[in-house]
Amino acid sequence: MEILMLLIPLTLAMGCVGLLTFFWTVRSGQYDDPEGDARRILQADDRPLDYRQSERRGERTT
Amino acid sequence: MMQRLTGAERQLALIISVLTLLSGLAMAAAGRADPLGIHGWIVVLFAGAVFLLTLGSIYDPEPREDRAVSYYDDPTKVGLILALGWAVVGMGMGVWVAAQLAWPDLRFDAAWSSFGRIRPVHTSGVIFGFGGNALIATSFHVMQRTSRARLAGHVSPWFVLLGFNLFCIIAASGYLMGVTQSKEYAEPEWYADIWLVIVWVVYFVLYIRTLARRNEPHIYVANWYYLAFILVVAVLHIVNNLAVPASLTGAKSYSAFSGVQDAMTQWWYGHNAVAFFLTAGFLGMLYYFLPKRAERPIYSYRLSILSFWGITFFYIWAGSHHLHYTALPQWVQTLGMTFSVMLLVPSWASAGNALMTLNGAWHKVRDDATLRFMMVAAVFYGLSTFEGSFMAVRAVNSLSHYTDWTVGHVHAGAMGWVALISFGSIYAVVPLLWQRETMYSWKLVEWHFWLALSGTVIYVFAMWNSGITQGLMWRTYTESGTLAYSFTDTLVAMHPYYVARAVGGALFLTGAVLALFNVVMTIRHAPEKRPERDYPTSSEATEPAVPAAE
Repeated sequence: MEILMLLIPLTLAMGCVGLLTFFWTVRSGQYDDPEGDARRILQADDRPLDYRQSERRGERTT
Repeated sequence: MMQRLTGAERQLALIISVLTLLSGLAMAAAGRADPLGIHGWIVVLFAGAVFLLTLGSIYDPEPREDRAVSYYDDPTKVGLILALGWAVVGMGMGVWVAAQLAWPDLRFDAAWSSFGRIRPVHTSGVIFGFGGNALIATSFHVMQRTSRARLAGHVSPWFVLLGFNLFCIIAASGYLMGVTQSKEYAEPEWYADIWLVIVWVVYFVLYIRTLARRNEPHIYVANWYYLAFILVVAVLHIVNNLAVPASLTGAKSYSAFSGVQDAMTQWWYGHNAVAFFLTAGFLGMLYYFLPKRAERPIYSYRLSILSFWGITFFYIWAGSHHLHYTALPQWVQTLGMTFSVMLLVPSWASAGNALMTLNGAWHKVRDDATLRFMMVAAVFYGLSTFEGSFMAVRAVNSLSHYTDWTVGHVHAGAMGWVALISFGSIYAVVPLLWQRETMYSWKLVEWHFWLALSGTVIYVFAMWNSGITQGLMWRTYTESGTLAYSFTDTLVAMHPYYVARAVGGALFLTGAVLALFNVVMTIRHAPEKRPERDYPTSSEATEPAVPAAE
């Protein structure tokens, strides 16, 4: 079963990538506000955020 | 479509289509009468059409407005329509294949219409054509909304979408000509596989670049599911398609692995195609569109994160349960079986989370067929993941394997879960994208729902009956120790179920045709709705997320 010499390390490596990503999400504060994260997608507007930032700064009028 | 591209982007699109066209010509020249040559001409036609479309509007006025003020939805729109088109083709093929099993004369004695050739057209048509396009289109939609940023590119989304559809066309047309690697869900030959790698890498880069420019600090859970889908499918696809072409002037290739080694690679791929193509991506859809439609946040956001990581770490080990009682070492079979049973936990966490989200919104489920699509999809997700864990147990597998029970299980997942969540998401997103008040006809959505549900239930019950009957007949011995039933006896026993399956599939197909009609009519005739101006005040919305004290 030489194929397992390829598939098992490869699968473990993919798991490690997942694990490292998970550590990154923890450290970068991705899980600090699950309540808010779940609710924010429900906001009604359908525009990118840049729009309002630039509007607030008065750079655009439309 | 073209008016949102700048002059430079239009030129880039022209260059890409010319390069694709040239590689098509090279394939046609090298392949000549081989299917490779015919595929070369298909590539030439496809790239030529894109080239002419781009060229026709190359001098149109360039966009004057700042494009960052809005989302880029044109690729999503085209992707959704392509998805529905493929749904009708793929499911239509499915009904034909099912009917051939009940009435073999429906093959009409042609080579291209034999079961072995049109069955992969059905499977690839629905999985990649319908499912893949729905995933790509909704992922563009969801990643922009949850990141609150426009797509990071204007040519690359088109390259991903159209390139993927070119792959699907090459796959389906190849099967009809008899081109296949004989690997389940990985039938296309080497040149199609190489093309898909290019498309997929561009897709991954586009997704990461869009996430990198997000204005919302948090990466919503749906994005994780989509990301896992893109990344893992890329790795699986590359490894399982490692093959040596018999010659560069022909379609035929030979796998890099042989025997049970090849089988293990195939099912490491195959089961993870189920996991990361047919599950993770569609869970991304569920986690975005279900809360949106129900207008309620997901019941437990923590649980959704937890089940994401659970699925990521468990699913990839489960593939060997496809090879119980084979030459595969026993411990590898046991490993696959164990992880398959463990998978029930994250799977049911997602299904339960979706249903608990609807707690308090059941009146909406009653009134709104779109939300009901999503609710029933979550139920079927729960049912088929339970069934899957159960069937992966070696003792159960000894009865179920190689019978129609497997076919029933796959279709409970594909019709009940994958297709229903896609249809629900499409009905939710179409009025939004085309700025319509609602779908053209809510009655048609209602009809579609009941057709799809009854079709799925008829199909799955028929296959359960057929599969278990078949499995039991195969293992019945006479007193003298010989097999009690011949293979033909089992065929006779299965015939009524095959008829029932074809009926169930036909109902499901009818629903898909209604969906395509309803979407087209929505685009053409439904009353327009101006986007609402009353979005939340900017001060509140632009603040970074404040960690909540809990």
